Amino acid sequence: MSISSQPRPKKVLIPLYGDDVAPRFDLATEAMITFGGEAREQREEKIVVLPQSSPEKLCHLVLTEGIDVVICSGIEEEYYQYLTWKRVQVFDSVIGPRGAVLERFYQGMLQSGDILY
Amino acid sequence: MHAESEPACVESDLINRDRMLVPIRINMAALKDPDGNLVGYLESIEDLRPIRELDAKISQAYSFAHLIGRSPQMEKIFQILPVLAQSDSSVLITGETGTGKDMVAEAIHQASSRAKAPFVKVNCGALPETLLESELFGYKKGAFTGAVENKLGRFRMAHNGTLYLTEIGDLPLSLQVKLLTFFDDQIVYPLGSTKGFQANVRVVAATHRNLEQMVREKRFREDLLFRLNVVRVHLPPLREREGDARLLLDHFLNILTGQFGKNIKGFSKKTLGILIDYRYPGNVRELRNIIEYTVNICPDGQILPHHLPAYLTEPAQWVQETDADNEQMLHSVHPDLNRGKSMETEQTWSAMERKIIMAALVKSGGHRGKTAELLRWGRSTLWRKMKQYEIN
Repeated sequence: MSISSQPRPKKVLIPLYGDDVAPRFDLATEAMITFGGEAREQREEKIVVLPQSSPEKLCHLVLTEGIDVVICSGIEEEYYQYLTWKRVQVFDSVIGPRGAVLERFYQGMLQSGDILY
Repeated sequence: MHAESEPACVESDLINRDRMLVPIRINMAALKDPDGNLVGYLESIEDLRPIRELDAKISQAYSFAHLIGRSPQMEKIFQILPVLAQSDSSVLITGETGTGKDMVAEAIHQASSRAKAPFVKVNCGALPETLLESELFGYKKGAFTGAVENKLGRFRMAHNGTLYLTEIGDLPLSLQVKLLTFFDDQIVYPLGSTKGFQANVRVVAATHRNLEQMVREKRFREDLLFRLNVVRVHLPPLREREGDARLLLDHFLNILTGQFGKNIKGFSKKTLGILIDYRYPGNVRELRNIIEYTVNICPDGQILPHHLPAYLTEPAQWVQETDADNEQMLHSVHPDLNRGKSMETEQTWSAMERKIIMAALVKSGGHRGKTAELLRWGRSTLWRKMKQYEIN
């Protein structure tokens, strides 16, 4: 009997500014984490509020939460390299509302630099 | 931004597509038609990187390590110091007290390839001759009574680094010879040891004394001067550094208000006039102390003349009083003495007193009793002072 090895659904983090992707990773004080499944009805979301903006703390959150993908807008090279070194996939320079961005990602069509307005 | 708002200018930063943090200046203004109706907004974003780079270059030109100045004399020094730091030649730093000789020495070390090795400072004037010798060269256990263990000298401690000999003019003649032998073969012999140690040390020396004059007076060895004087850096006194007093006043005010947590906005016009006109005999050190005093005294707002140390705001009276006294005394002993030249402010009191005694001696034809009478001193006071000033 063989055990089917289903790949674990990806855990995604999006730094937020209101309902949009935060324009700056280092200045974001809120982040949305989605997990559970690719279909909208399977997906679960949680919002994490940070006491103050800190790119270091956000990176720490990414690692402690076991995030697979970060979707953000402006991010400094230092943090981008750190996250990719930690095997986190980063889509940067993405502009748009969080819902549209997530849909695009789960459709497998999201690319760095996408503007979804 | 509202339709009625004035144009605004904000400095900020953004992260570009290359993931670089870029300093920017944003200008925003409301656009109106001839009837005054709002038709739109204009926003411009300016990349400040070239300006910041230029700023960095300019501030670099005005400083080296912790030294600050923009006078031509200091600019020359800032240009030459990085070059000097890269070489291994001995450096002699001269300049009045408070001009920053110690800072230059440390800056040379920090900018050199020896920066990771120790920077050892020895004050040649602070220790008696015998102690200084063991301090510099070390001693071997049993070399003399009390030498219970081996002691590394400062030369050995500074191995691969820099040895800074401050107040080299106060180094006793016997030690000057020993230093000379070190310069010749770079080997240090601790007291009581026959085995030398090859020390790779760069020597930086400093003094406020006139070494050439000391050589003429046979108080400093000429050959040692030649060995030390490979590269000479002369730090000009603050009164000769045009425009630097203002720069340093602002610099220290910024630093000290931050340190003391005071909300001081700056100097009043009159205060600034007093501070800039002052001659600063103690140079930058004195200037810093004056600012530290005023920052402590001034509660907040502007620094006013009454916040300054009293000797700055009432110097005229003091100088006039002492001048009048001296003039009276000089005229009573030697009416023809050229007062204008003798009263130069740089003169020390001892030089002035010596001159007064000489003038009195000349007037009394060398008769000590009459000279003492003329000076209104006792004979023993005159004798003591003549001995002190080496007047025979």
